[in-house]
Amino acid sequence: MNLRQSIVIVTLFLAGPGSVLAGVLPEERGDVLYHRYEGGGVTIDGPSVLVRKQAGKNLSFIGNYYIDMVSSASIDVITTASPYTEERTQWSLGMDYLRGNTTMRLGYVSSEEPDFDSTTYVFSVSEDMFGDLTTLTLSYAYGEDIVGRTDDPTFRRENTRQHYGVSLSQILTRNLIATVNFETITDEGFLNNPYRSVRYLDPGSPQGFSFEPELYPETRTSNALGVRARYFLPYRAALEAEYRFYTDTWEIDGHTFSLTYVHPWGPFTFEGKFRYHDQTGAAFFRDIFPRAQATNFRGRDKELSPLTSSTFRGKVTYDFIDSNKGWGIFRRGTLNFSLDHLIIDYDEFRDISTGAPLGDEPLYQLKANVYQIFVSLWY
Amino acid sequence: MAKVGDMTMKSVKIVRILLPVLVFAGLAGCSIEPWVKPYERDRLADPIMALDSDPVSTSYIQHVYEAREGARGGEGAAGGGCGCN
Repeated sequence: MNLRQSIVIVTLFLAGPGSVLAGVLPEERGDVLYHRYEGGGVTIDGPSVLVRKQAGKNLSFIGNYYIDMVSSASIDVITTASPYTEERTQWSLGMDYLRGNTTMRLGYVSSEEPDFDSTTYVFSVSEDMFGDLTTLTLSYAYGEDIVGRTDDPTFRRENTRQHYGVSLSQILTRNLIATVNFETITDEGFLNNPYRSVRYLDPGSPQGFSFEPELYPETRTSNALGVRARYFLPYRAALEAEYRFYTDTWEIDGHTFSLTYVHPWGPFTFEGKFRYHDQTGAAFFRDIFPRAQATNFRGRDKELSPLTSSTFRGKVTYDFIDSNKGWGIFRRGTLNFSLDHLIIDYDEFRDISTGAPLGDEPLYQLKANVYQIFVSLWY
Repeated sequence: MAKVGDMTMKSVKIVRILLPVLVFAGLAGCSIEPWVKPYERDRLADPIMALDSDPVSTSYIQHVYEAREGARGGEGAAGGGCGCN
């Protein structure tokens, strides 16, 4: 099982902000992507295929098929469980209906893995206003999860998720566009990992500590406010800055910044990005508890620890079908490769796999590489 | 009197919900002169200015961030599943 967080599945292509070119349906395109994540003893790879096709002047359909093939011997797994492999399959369908300046979107997402099933329904409305300088999008999503255990067929818990989103896209000048995005997500149900444990001081144990199952609150509400601006530089390049403030009822507060630079050169387009994320820990997170059942709620999930995360991205796009010429039914074709190097420093989560004496374990650091290679065709 | 009070509270709630909708609907109907004319948007229409040029890729990388960090939402896209362990 690898799905532990209740995530509202609202993809950009199902409930995203409107296009800069307002009052039009999204472009018809197909994408075939291979993704690979390597880091912290975990390898996840697989394909993702997306197809978007218009039907008449007012309707557009989208479908996406995505697979994660997971091989995990992560720090959590090697310290409290056994390495495992598994597969997750996700598919989604969506429909856009354009009427005047209004675009309505309906979406359905299904995700399945051996011990976790998730279903999400998405609805959004976008309205272009003020001479198409402004696009306002309101979105809502409802999701249901079923949590199981691979070692216990009788184990079954449920979650429900609701997502409320408002986004505003605004053309500010002929060189500058900005977006503001606000999202509230509420979860209710079984939110913790049925396999994961917390550790507590145990003088009776040779190593000085023992483990017990983690226990999370059954509700969580988060609010996130993101602001993004993209600027067209005088020599045909683009610069984008983004900031997000995040807060939730588990007392995690976060700040995320990113800066992206895009530079075309002949048929190539180069992109560099730096992203930085800093967060406080959940109120019930402890690397080690003073005793068994010390608090009402307890967790040692490293993602709930205070942490800082830095990502360095390089991406290159090659236009093998020039958009000015086209080729047969295709208007444009690109081949893309990107590498994201991710470094996460945990401020309280310690690496107990080193065998260091209790209290002297080093703080854990995760380094990961994320590779993507994909072909995109517009028709 | 209690019923009247409840009704008043309900009315206030309904107005609070409907007011933003009515304001937006009203504003949308206004004929504000766009300060960036359609023929001045060639640079914004350039592919390098696309806020999300590759949705399939953006969705995937957001999914990675959500799996590895405690925060979620607000950045536009999110994926399902997470490979959290």
